Amino acid sequence: MSTSAPASTPSSPSPRPAGARKAAARLRAPGRGPRSAGLGRAPRRSVLLTLLTGLVLVYSLVPLVWLAINATKSQEDLFTSFGLWFSGDFALFANIADTLAYDGGIFVRWLLNTVLYVVLGAGGATLLAVLGGYALAKFDFPGKRAVFAVVIGAVAVPGTALAVPTFLMFSEMGLTNTPWAVIIPSLISPFGLYLMWVFAAEAIPDELIEAARIDGAGELRTFVQICAPLLAPGTVTVALFTMVATWNNYFLPLIMLKNPDWYPLTLGLDNWNAQASTAGGEAVFDLVITGSLLSIIPLIIVFLLLQRFWQSGLAAGSVKA
Amino acid sequence: MTTPTAPAPVAAGPSPRRSRRRSWTGWAFIGPFMAVFALVFLAPIAYSVYLSLFRDQLIGGNTFVGLENYTQALVDAQFWGALGRVSLFLAVQVPIMLFLALLVALAIDSGRLYGRDFFRVSIFLPYAVPAVVATLMWGFMYGNRFGLVGNINDAFGPTLPDPLSPDLVLASIGNIVTWEFVGYNMLIFYSALRVVPHTLYEAAQIDGAGQLRIITAIKLPAIRGALVIATIFSIIGSFQLFNEPSILRHLAPNAITTDFTPNLYTFSLAFRGQQHNYAATVAIIMGLITMAIAYAVQLRGMRKDV
Repeated sequence: MSTSAPASTPSSPSPRPAGARKAAARLRAPGRGPRSAGLGRAPRRSVLLTLLTGLVLVYSLVPLVWLAINATKSQEDLFTSFGLWFSGDFALFANIADTLAYDGGIFVRWLLNTVLYVVLGAGGATLLAVLGGYALAKFDFPGKRAVFAVVIGAVAVPGTALAVPTFLMFSEMGLTNTPWAVIIPSLISPFGLYLMWVFAAEAIPDELIEAARIDGAGELRTFVQICAPLLAPGTVTVALFTMVATWNNYFLPLIMLKNPDWYPLTLGLDNWNAQASTAGGEAVFDLVITGSLLSIIPLIIVFLLLQRFWQSGLAAGSVKA
Repeated sequence: MTTPTAPAPVAAGPSPRRSRRRSWTGWAFIGPFMAVFALVFLAPIAYSVYLSLFRDQLIGGNTFVGLENYTQALVDAQFWGALGRVSLFLAVQVPIMLFLALLVALAIDSGRLYGRDFFRVSIFLPYAVPAVVATLMWGFMYGNRFGLVGNINDAFGPTLPDPLSPDLVLASIGNIVTWEFVGYNMLIFYSALRVVPHTLYEAAQIDGAGQLRIITAIKLPAIRGALVIATIFSIIGSFQLFNEPSILRHLAPNAITTDFTPNLYTFSLAFRGQQHNYAATVAIIMGLITMAIAYAVQLRGMRKDV
């Protein structure tokens, strides 16, 4: 299941007593021999511990299994059959077709909106964080301490506390009910800035920048041609975090957008669900369930493919701080 | 997100001093970030302080009222009720979630599990699920019409209490939030555990320490930074609780009131009641309380450093 390449985790203790790998690991990480080295044996695997941890695993997966199973049922079967097993006709493809076609194909529109917000919002947030982190790590400029203090201090302010004033400001600027109202606040990721700062400080040797300057390269060229490639792994990590944050955003679009044509998927699904409880609204639980499944699949795929970046991001965040 | 909350990074980060000349060039790179930051963070904070000092009245229009909004909030039973609810949530849900995450992280790090990577990936998976989808899934499963609770009741007679009833809905929300974030916190702890030098464990084992002793004497102190960070983010998350109750409201309209959490209250004041000034005041008070508690946790977490 794991897609992380062994090379990326030289420090993880290998539970398999494969002599060659162990020796290699010892060479790569001289300070911290593999766990088994001291007493000459690897920790014994425990069935009991596996079963106990398995309970948490089941807890984590059951709702997703429930969602996948129920996306294959018609709305009638939903109400009459047991939730954790298949029943009736296999209606998954009919459900998907219905979801995509309902209300003039609004689901597809929501999907495209979400992609737009992710590309511009998360993409822009990543760009700003990379540039800013590079500046903090590699330049000494007036007001640097103030920048730290202000950014760190503002992070402690609950995001939702900003919602009302931001809405009023944007409303006066004529930005509410446009995609900009969702994109612009998404552009700031203090965590991304912090991560890139830590990353740039370690990934780019000062000597390299000095050498480029001596060779007559301008600041922009030094950054684009020499530093940006070195920052790539950190950039991917920040892009992943901001992407998930933007894809999953609910509160911001909820206050900023009135017109369903600009909704992202999250808000659209919430709306379909609410429709059942409003008077005269058509209950479309089968579409809510199928739409939910469709909306999480892209993120789960991205997450599984790029998981070693998650780990390194969380490691940098928690260890450094 | 693993955002550092207080001065920690300034001290812990890479030393900014080297043989660099001080110049304005850095601003060319940090400038764009700071410009947008000023627009979406600093300006709204300043504006909301401004708003909180005024009141829109039918007679007299927008007038300066000093701290009157604040004194009103201090005796507002709805506000205190909402604050009490998230405090209860914080006191019960956060310890359960973090404890569970810590247990799983220790189990995965111990190397004693079969299929370690499968555990790590699967338990983290819910983090990639949007809060909207997580709440809808659990909300449907809670339901007795076509949810699992309904299934169980059909099979064994009406034995289970309704998770969406007013008495239980807070616990049900706690379960959703726990499900969403156990894996995230687990990964924070696990990442921190992996950096602990394993020679320490070996030395302790040679000295005759058992596994439990190794955990309490070596592993937990070694990852204290991660524990403090995770606690602070969980506290901030609890006080900001909004998405889950807001979405679940459609499935349990009688159990979740419009003043269920401070954020829901702020939201309904601002967007249903058009009381922008008072909404800004409540939001500022919540922000101050959150910052104070997060700061206290950080101080306490670091104090044991000695």
